[in-house]
Amino acid sequence: MGALASGDTLDVSVWRGGPEGGAFERHAVPTQDSQTVLDVVTWVQQNADPTLSYRFACRVGMCGSCAMMVNGEPRWTCRTHVQKVAQGGKLEIAPLRNLPVIRDLATDMADFFDKWVAADGVFKPTATRDDPMPAVLPDSPERVAASAGIECINCGICYAACDAVASNTDYLGPAALNRAWTLVNDERDGGQDARLDAISGAGGCHSCHSMGNCVAFCPNALNPTAAIAGLKRETMRSLFRKRR
Amino acid sequence: MEFRLYMLQRLSALVMAPLVLGHIAVMIYAVQGGLSAGEILGRTQGSVAWAAFYGLFVLAVAIHAAIGLRVIASEWLGIKGIVLNGFAAATFLGLFWMGAYAVTAVVVGP
Repeated sequence: MGALASGDTLDVSVWRGGPEGGAFERHAVPTQDSQTVLDVVTWVQQNADPTLSYRFACRVGMCGSCAMMVNGEPRWTCRTHVQKVAQGGKLEIAPLRNLPVIRDLATDMADFFDKWVAADGVFKPTATRDDPMPAVLPDSPERVAASAGIECINCGICYAACDAVASNTDYLGPAALNRAWTLVNDERDGGQDARLDAISGAGGCHSCHSMGNCVAFCPNALNPTAAIAGLKRETMRSLFRKRR
Repeated sequence: MEFRLYMLQRLSALVMAPLVLGHIAVMIYAVQGGLSAGEILGRTQGSVAWAAFYGLFVLAVAIHAAIGLRVIASEWLGIKGIVLNGFAAATFLGLFWMGAYAVTAVVVGP
């Protein structure tokens, strides 16, 4: 496709509907310089159809609210330039895959966040505020492994990209397991046995087939597949620890 | 259960890896040397070593394949619980029976 110039018109299909189903509606949207997909959705709501529902907050790639399927691929729409994803001047915008739709482009993310809790993605402190701060060395292997995963913004893009989630509704998914892996590497955390149990059951880390879609689509360039591989190794190690 | 099956599948893979290489080596040797069926049976019949080699191979294959097909059946067909485990058990028993039958035929004779 040739580069879109300011003043051209985009052929935009936006999914409209609810839990029972829906269909795409087409809109002609004027292009602008440095236009993002979120700008396009906002244009449709403000100029063509004020009833269009979608979700966003920060507009700068920090809050993780605005993820949608753009031409079939999950994207953070506020940081995705139309210029880079439009195919032949066309955009198809749909709600995130693998999550139930509330209305139009807004999905119900309860399952996604419930799985963070199910993966025991909660810090379990071993000290109180009265104890001295533990010295965590910045270049220790555990700290490096944790640092690699902590910039997750909970956008749900990896969850939407994951074929293991699509075929196994019990699967906790890349984001929740990535969170668990950062905590496994937190030397201040005291809940490791319970966490390894939580991610070893049906739908746990062993359900990952290492396809790597989460890595390919993570907007923050995280590597949940490597995190999940780390969890698999850790569950195996814990098995031998228990036997001893 | 899922974790135990995962470990069992990896352990069976560990067992299979050298056996697959041995099996391929045996096939190439038998074909290149032009061994007849009679000559092959002459070597295998009554051999505890060949019985152990292929017996272990058959056991590892049956375990490994049944666990793998269980995952595929669960994800592609959406079956769960007793149906899924029944399918996996039947796959294991079917593969093991066929393999054991072949090993017995070659090692013990008709």
